[in-house]
Amino acid sequence: MARTWVVVPMLNEATVIAQVVEEVRRAFDFVVCIDDGSTDDSVAQARSAGATVVEHPTNLGQGASLQTGFSFALADPQMTEVVTFDADGQHSVADAKAMVEELRAKNLDVVVGSRFLDDRTEIGGLRKLILKSAARYTRWTTGMALTDAHNGLRVIDRDLLAKIRLRQNRMAHASELIDQIGDLKANWAEYPTHIIYTDYSRSKGQSLLNSVNILVEMLFR
Amino acid sequence: MLIVFQLLAVLAIAVAAFFMLRGGGARHQAIRRILMMVFIIAAASSVFLPQIWTKLANLFGVARGADLLLYFLVLTFLGFVATSYRRFRALEGQVTELARRIAIDRAGGPTDVPSGGSPARPTPPIRPGDPPADPPEGPPVEK
Repeated sequence: MARTWVVVPMLNEATVIAQVVEEVRRAFDFVVCIDDGSTDDSVAQARSAGATVVEHPTNLGQGASLQTGFSFALADPQMTEVVTFDADGQHSVADAKAMVEELRAKNLDVVVGSRFLDDRTEIGGLRKLILKSAARYTRWTTGMALTDAHNGLRVIDRDLLAKIRLRQNRMAHASELIDQIGDLKANWAEYPTHIIYTDYSRSKGQSLLNSVNILVEMLFR
Repeated sequence: MLIVFQLLAVLAIAVAAFFMLRGGGARHQAIRRILMMVFIIAAASSVFLPQIWTKLANLFGVARGADLLLYFLVLTFLGFVATSYRRFRALEGQVTELARRIAIDRAGGPTDVPSGGSPARPTPPIRPGDPPADPPEGPPVEK
């Protein structure tokens, strides 16, 4: 029995988390939300929607939440792969499902979502430029020809997951994850995903200025 | 002569950064303490013997002893910033590990989940499938 765990890091997402979890649970039975010290009732909302909730006692950052989700999923001996999924509803569950099938069918270690492989995703010019530059930087440092280095939707196989250790608690974890995947010489593939930029996800999402923080955290690890 | 001092200063920054940014342990702590002691002695001596510092400064091509001392202060400060950053990161890592362990322990672990965590909806593949699926154990690890 293959078992997929969907890992959803969340912080103050009470308005949307129940809906997101319900949607995910239509396709996946095992959903774990990592609550990073929310002050609203995200935890209760996520639980009521049927997710397992792991609560950080204090705010640690999204990278730390992802690693907690990975450690949690690895404690399940039946887990065969994890899906990382953003809590704000910007990802499509159908994409996630298709990526898991892709991973299994092609025997890959990791499938990374990319919003730039087709033209479904509507994206602003500056955001696109920064994401593209980040992808180019990643290609330069890791040799992985990714088109989108900061996509929150990924599927990671158990064997690879066990070797990954995220230490960047805050923003640079996406790059760190790719770095480690590159270092481990994993079999990877990209998969075209649709990012739905709603007003909500835009207001919750990363400010473009945050790319400065990511850069600094990457330089001074 | 000034350029020599500038090169030395940059070199000192680079060496300090190199040592501060990688590795830790007792040896580095000792080096840090020695540097700190040197700095304390330099600072104290400058109060009583400013002319020595001025002579030393002239030797390096810097006009005043006070300037030379300022450069040392800047170097020491940069070293302090670097070590503090490193320590902070290490501490953050420890806190994270602790918090993660607490969080996962409190959640009761993933194996309890299918039965306890999702009572709202029967999840077909898990409950009835588990016991017979266990013995073969082949399919899940086929990867």
